[in-house]
Amino acid sequence: MTIDLKTVKHISKLARISTDEKKANKLANDLNSIFKFIEALNELDTEKVEPLTSVADTKLRLREDKFEANNIRDKILKNSPDENKDYFVVPKVVE
Amino acid sequence: MSDITKLSLNELIQNIRNKKLSSTEITNSFIERSEKSKKLNTYVTDNFSSALEAAKIFDEKPNMDLKLPGIPIAVKDLFCTNGVRTTAGSNILNNFIPPYESTVTQSMWDEGAILLGKLNCDEFAMGSSNETSFFGNVQNPIGENLVPGGSSGGSSAALAASLTPVTIGTDTGGSIRQPASFTGTVGLKPTYGSCSRYGIVAFASSLDQAGPMSQNVKDAALLLEVISKFDNKDSTSIDFKRNKYSSELTNNIKGLKIGIPNEYRVEGMPKEIEDLWKKGIEIIKDCGAEIVDISLPTTKYALPTYYIVAPAEASSNLARYDGVKYGFRSEGENLIDMYEKTRSEGFGEEVKRRILIGTYVLSSGYYDAYYLKAQKVRQLIKKDFDNVYNNVDAILTPSTPSSAFKIGEKTDDPVSMYLNDIFTVPVNLAGLPGISIPAGIDNKGFPLGLQIIGKPFDEQTILNIAYSMEEKINFKNNITDWWM
Amino acid sequence: MTKTNQFFIEREQNKYEVVIGLEVHAQVTSASKLFSSSPTKFGAEPNTQVSLVDAAFPGMLPVINEFCVKQAIKTGIGLKAKINKKSIFDRKNYFYADLPQGYQISQYKYPIIGEGKVILDMADGQKEIGIERLHLEQDAGKSIHDIDPTNTFVDLNRSGVALMEIVSKPDLRSPDEVNAYIKKLRSIMRYLGTCDGNMQEGSLRADVNVSVRRQGDDNFGTRCEIKNVNSIKFMQMAIIYEANRQVDLIEEGKSIDQETRLFDTKKNETRSMRSKEDAHDYRYFPDPDLLPLEISDEFISQIKDEIPELPDEKKKRFIDKFNLSSYEANILVSDIDTSKYFEEVIKNSDVKLATNWITGELFAVLNEKNLEISESPVSSNNLSKLINLIKDGTISGKIAKTIFEEMIDGDKDPQTIVDQKGLKQESDPKALEELINKVIKNNTSKVEEYKSGKEKLFGFFVGQVMKESKGKGNPQLINKILKEKLNG
Repeated sequence: MTIDLKTVKHISKLARISTDEKKANKLANDLNSIFKFIEALNELDTEKVEPLTSVADTKLRLREDKFEANNIRDKILKNSPDENKDYFVVPKVVE
Repeated sequence: MSDITKLSLNELIQNIRNKKLSSTEITNSFIERSEKSKKLNTYVTDNFSSALEAAKIFDEKPNMDLKLPGIPIAVKDLFCTNGVRTTAGSNILNNFIPPYESTVTQSMWDEGAILLGKLNCDEFAMGSSNETSFFGNVQNPIGENLVPGGSSGGSSAALAASLTPVTIGTDTGGSIRQPASFTGTVGLKPTYGSCSRYGIVAFASSLDQAGPMSQNVKDAALLLEVISKFDNKDSTSIDFKRNKYSSELTNNIKGLKIGIPNEYRVEGMPKEIEDLWKKGIEIIKDCGAEIVDISLPTTKYALPTYYIVAPAEASSNLARYDGVKYGFRSEGENLIDMYEKTRSEGFGEEVKRRILIGTYVLSSGYYDAYYLKAQKVRQLIKKDFDNVYNNVDAILTPSTPSSAFKIGEKTDDPVSMYLNDIFTVPVNLAGLPGISIPAGIDNKGFPLGLQIIGKPFDEQTILNIAYSMEEKINFKNNITDWWM
Repeated sequence: MTKTNQFFIEREQNKYEVVIGLEVHAQVTSASKLFSSSPTKFGAEPNTQVSLVDAAFPGMLPVINEFCVKQAIKTGIGLKAKINKKSIFDRKNYFYADLPQGYQISQYKYPIIGEGKVILDMADGQKEIGIERLHLEQDAGKSIHDIDPTNTFVDLNRSGVALMEIVSKPDLRSPDEVNAYIKKLRSIMRYLGTCDGNMQEGSLRADVNVSVRRQGDDNFGTRCEIKNVNSIKFMQMAIIYEANRQVDLIEEGKSIDQETRLFDTKKNETRSMRSKEDAHDYRYFPDPDLLPLEISDEFISQIKDEIPELPDEKKKRFIDKFNLSSYEANILVSDIDTSKYFEEVIKNSDVKLATNWITGELFAVLNEKNLEISESPVSSNNLSKLINLIKDGTISGKIAKTIFEEMIDGDKDPQTIVDQKGLKQESDPKALEELINKVIKNNTSKVEEYKSGKEKLFGFFVGQVMKESKGKGNPQLINKILKEKLNG
């Protein structure tokens, strides 16, 4: 499995990380050597094996349906780059 | 008392309780020493003035029943601390001030501890040498231009340099145990689900665990007691009956069976590591425990499995860093442009690499071949351990395949960097507890660690084994304060 | 219950069938959100119902709401569907300003509810619509594009509210069926109390999947998805536009691109959504911050005990027990508030009269004033009283209508109106006989005409007696006595 420049560009787009030509090439190289190392898993026959989704040895705990009406809008918006006190503000989507 | 910073956690507590030292004196000593040690670059954010104020308040009305009364502690910059900048070693959070506290750190403050500062780490906990931090490399106090290990490099270095009496780190693939080994200190990763992940900047959710890092095993046991608690804000937190790790600590391990896994003898393993391991085996026998040869057949697949599972989860966990709600934002012409610029400029190269790996292995057409496959292999890895635990109580292995290497030595080849975690990663994949203790030095005089892996929820046994071995090894870290 | 499809798109040479599948998003009625403890009330000030978890701050973790799980199971029971005792929450990964985590917690391969069905009462008989599955997922926040020309404002109040996504099989074939389906689904959930079905507030939205095929063709055509339609009327308009668009393409020999589209409510047309194109790769994987949801038989049977009588069962009971027609029963069970009202009234009153008055006079008033039956200006109690007054002969049906008009203003007690206005019906045979005698005496020529065969004049005499009685005469008695007098 070789990862080419086109794939790097595609995944970068999915991950919302922009990358210039030079960096994309280095990335492709790095990713290829990492993937070569990962391919070792193909040696194992796992057809009859159940995937492990969690090592947490417990059941999913259900929470009581009570609401906590703490309006913490100030705290929530305090770290946002914009200074709007009611909303998060972002540049428009191109639709 | 210039020796204050050389006292262990337990000694400091004793001194506070019998009023030989005040919290202010202790805090001042660590602050002074920290200020002289900027060259090590262990701190990202110091909390010195607030710490002194808190120490003063403690001294005015000391509550000696608390487990960490008036003790100043610096923590890895991955724990969200209320009102104190938390960066995760990243540019994308370089201005982030959390309005909340992580459960683990809160449990320490509830027991009287005081926040000294936030310690440097690999960006988003991704690294094995603390060379990926936006805030620069950390120096290993063992020797100039050596890496302290990672990702909890700032923590291990600050600890070894006595800038903090103890600290807490996080461990996803070895990030507590490996730096402990590189700096000649003790580091413990508890069973998955022991310590709450609430308020810890997430890297790989099914692997991350917080844990104590200390100068000796007794201190680690005490700190573990404080931070290992059930938390209903974390759905993966487990409500099991915890031992009283420090009061139940014993050096009597007679009759315990310790497994030596065949497959950990990797090709090209340096002789020094082999010798250290043999030394460990002898010490165990000396303590009255039995050595058993065991097999963990899927060991060699652990690292590749980890490098699929961890990046996959990370790629999703780091999607929230988008410049919208908090952290760094780079202006863009439109939303997508803003996302792309923000994340490219905000994240470092290693983080971007891992996000891309993660995105790829989860993507359409590749999920079955990579992610699903890795989760199946993970099941096999866990089964291996389940099997051997029918016959042994714990497992002894080396902690790392080498001692601390030079800064810059492995940064060009990601795979060689990943190989640092070869002995530690299986433990995270199986969710088991593991501890690294300093066990000797290599021919350069640099520390080497041995790892004891335990059964799920059996931290007490590995602490006891470590405690017994520590006594016999009698390791002394040779810190010369070369940076001052 | 196969029924012949009646809705087609016709062109010169070909007749096309429209195949429709709906993915309905229903907001779960609950006090707090699905994975966090924030309140869920509609209409709050922006970003005042947002917790650290909802805003996806670093280190925040999800904890699932037990009640939302129960609501989903209840709905599954209402859809006669399979309850899956083990289900998994997956992350659906994509980037959007109102999705703070950069992923939505949803269910992909193993949803909580499996296959079920919904039965529709159409004009020409019943039709069964298959349900593919129902799963729980987080709602996103709201992006507001029109406050500022260059920026979008984001309100996360809705972010994290529990949604049930109900996926139908592609069994729908017409806009009418879509109407019936949405209404039925909504009714079932309102009966169960699992979703209030308020489309204006966004509690119920749907993604509509539309494809076409030539009549008789068994294969499915390429489908397009029209996202986020929030009224039945718009769904119908969108379907008609889209089906025609697809048919036109086929007639021109072109192929249909499988894509996601939006319905433009101003232009009444669907158009392609460019920005969602590369979001198709959602990279689903099980959420590692959660564990598989495991439900015991006990848990399910406790919930089953809480299920009230649902519309289908209630309808059957009304027909069997009260002899109502299917049509009448449908109307009375269509909404839980209507059935509650009806059942209140018939506790003490005649069923037939209650049926007629509710489906007739009451609904007319509600429609005119644009009110829900829960806001009815006449309470069930007072309507019941009015019906009893008719039944026991105190007033005639005609007078009752007048009284009803007065009752609307302030929910007045009908007995009070009868007393105040002296509207009691005249039912004394002697008194009526007197009036009838008077009328006969004053209209001898007409009596002659009647007796010689002009039977239509009977109505004239009834009218005259009514006039004499100032409208209060008991019509049945008048009829009886008049007949005796005229024919005797």
